[in-house]
Amino acid sequence: MRLIINKIFLAFSVISALIGLGFLAWILVTLFIKGLSSLHLALFLNDLVNGGLRNLIVGQLVLAFLAALIGIPLGMVAGIYIREYGRGKYPELIRDLSDIMVSAPSIVIGAFVYSFAVAPFGGANGFAGVIALSIMMIPIIINTTDSMLSLVPKELREAGMALGASKYRVILDVVIKAAKVGIMTGILLAFARIAGETAPLLFTSETSNYFSLDLTDSFPSLTVSIYNLANEPEKSSRDLAWAASFILTVMVLLINLFGRYLTRNKK
Amino acid sequence: MEKLFQKISFGSATLVLILLLGIFTTLFISAKPAIDEFGFNFISDKRWNQEVSLTQTDSTSQVATTTQNVEDDEIADEDDMILDEDDEDEADSKTVFGGLVPIVGTLLSTLIALVFAMPVAMGIAVFLAEIASKNIAKYVGMAIELLAAIPSIIFGMWGLYYFAPIISDTFGGYQVSLLTAGLVLGVMILPFMAAVTRDSMNTTPDVLKESAYALGATKFEVVKDVIFPYSRVGIIGSIILALGRALGETMAVAFLIGAVYSLPQTITDPTISIPVAMAVNFGEASGLGESSLFYLGLILFILSFAIIFIAKFYFLKRAKI
Repeated sequence: MRLIINKIFLAFSVISALIGLGFLAWILVTLFIKGLSSLHLALFLNDLVNGGLRNLIVGQLVLAFLAALIGIPLGMVAGIYIREYGRGKYPELIRDLSDIMVSAPSIVIGAFVYSFAVAPFGGANGFAGVIALSIMMIPIIINTTDSMLSLVPKELREAGMALGASKYRVILDVVIKAAKVGIMTGILLAFARIAGETAPLLFTSETSNYFSLDLTDSFPSLTVSIYNLANEPEKSSRDLAWAASFILTVMVLLINLFGRYLTRNKK
Repeated sequence: MEKLFQKISFGSATLVLILLLGIFTTLFISAKPAIDEFGFNFISDKRWNQEVSLTQTDSTSQVATTTQNVEDDEIADEDDMILDEDDEDEADSKTVFGGLVPIVGTLLSTLIALVFAMPVAMGIAVFLAEIASKNIAKYVGMAIELLAAIPSIIFGMWGLYYFAPIISDTFGGYQVSLLTAGLVLGVMILPFMAAVTRDSMNTTPDVLKESAYALGATKFEVVKDVIFPYSRVGIIGSIILALGRALGETMAVAFLIGAVYSLPQTITDPTISIPVAMAVNFGEASGLGESSLFYLGLILFILSFAIIFIAKFYFLKRAKI
């Protein structure tokens, strides 16, 4: 009887793993079939007004890159503070708060940014989208920097100090260098995550049918446009949404895999 | 230079605190008109964007009692609510916004997600931690993490066009419904829950497991009697953490829940959740409507903040460095 229960249990566990893998396969296969069948070279050469995706892809990347440009330095420096400088209870508090912020509902962050960066200026703008994405990114970067710095042995810091280097020199030249690969992976994973975000952009940057690099106006976004296109009744719109979803997923998963590959190589 | 860098790093760290306080105050200020207008009554009122005339006698008390089960702690002062109702009927007609439907929709869809995801995530965690060989565990683990990396809007589209038809064929009812939204939500939190559970299980010392095996225990018995008691706190924490994530999920649910302001009678009825209400109605909302959406956002923010806080500090404290 014990052995039978054990068999059932093992079978259940294996089936669970297969269910997980099955969903991944199902989604990816669907994306490949639907995406590839509606993918043409012309999609990359035209903007959404002409039935292409060029402006959306560029727009999404610009938003994510600018957000990363703000989020990475701020998050890293804050992570350095928590791990290297902070004394007493304060860094502990910041660490906990940033832990909580990682899981904060992204739509709420969108609403927050809306009320100070969109409403007072009378309309959606690219800056607001960048701010919303960078707010999503900062706590993720803080957490990775924090945990990666904790892996750097104390002796390295002491050796640096013994050479007479000031603390910030030791941190920037020794500690960060030692944790470089781990932090890089964290940054790539964070980038992949915000690049696929939709909810914080819905009412901040919205989206645009035209090619634009003007951050003071509504800004083209791949994810928001997928949402709009997928809800339109015409089949051509939905095909476009599938093609866009395919491009988005491939982009996000490649960045994600590349990030993982970096740390795997190290070990 | 040293001092400057220290100042900058302190400032960036404080930014987190400022942002959180900022989110809370901004939501509160933007929600203020709605809070003043509806008070705590908002939580138990199922009308959304409805014109109400002076003479209407609606079934507030009945609504209040049904809500009680769901939102017990938040409407402790029920007597006040009924009094508030009387003050409200002063104008000839006015638009009333109530948050009951989105709140119930959020809680129910999250509940369905948990019921579905919990056993499967546990199974996956056991598989990764105990059953699979190192190599298989590595690749399966990576695949499961890739599932977590797929953008939520993709889950929404896939769910709407491929998953929902199958569900509605099997269980009947509408394609967009509480059930499909909850199940897709479950698939989405699956990887996260499995990963955190696996990490908790891995903290069980090998010595304990080996002694149990040496006594002739089967794998099931080791998991049930050694690993699970040892990592129970962490596992519960991971479930609650996943719950916190599921509450705030927007895009996938937006495709699948139907976005209708009506209380679901059965599990296959369409309804709406807080994030979806915000995503769908924010664009055209203004005045009191917009403020009510902020009120919903505030409720969601507090709810998820509290849940994540409990998970982190009550259950996962031990797992921290």
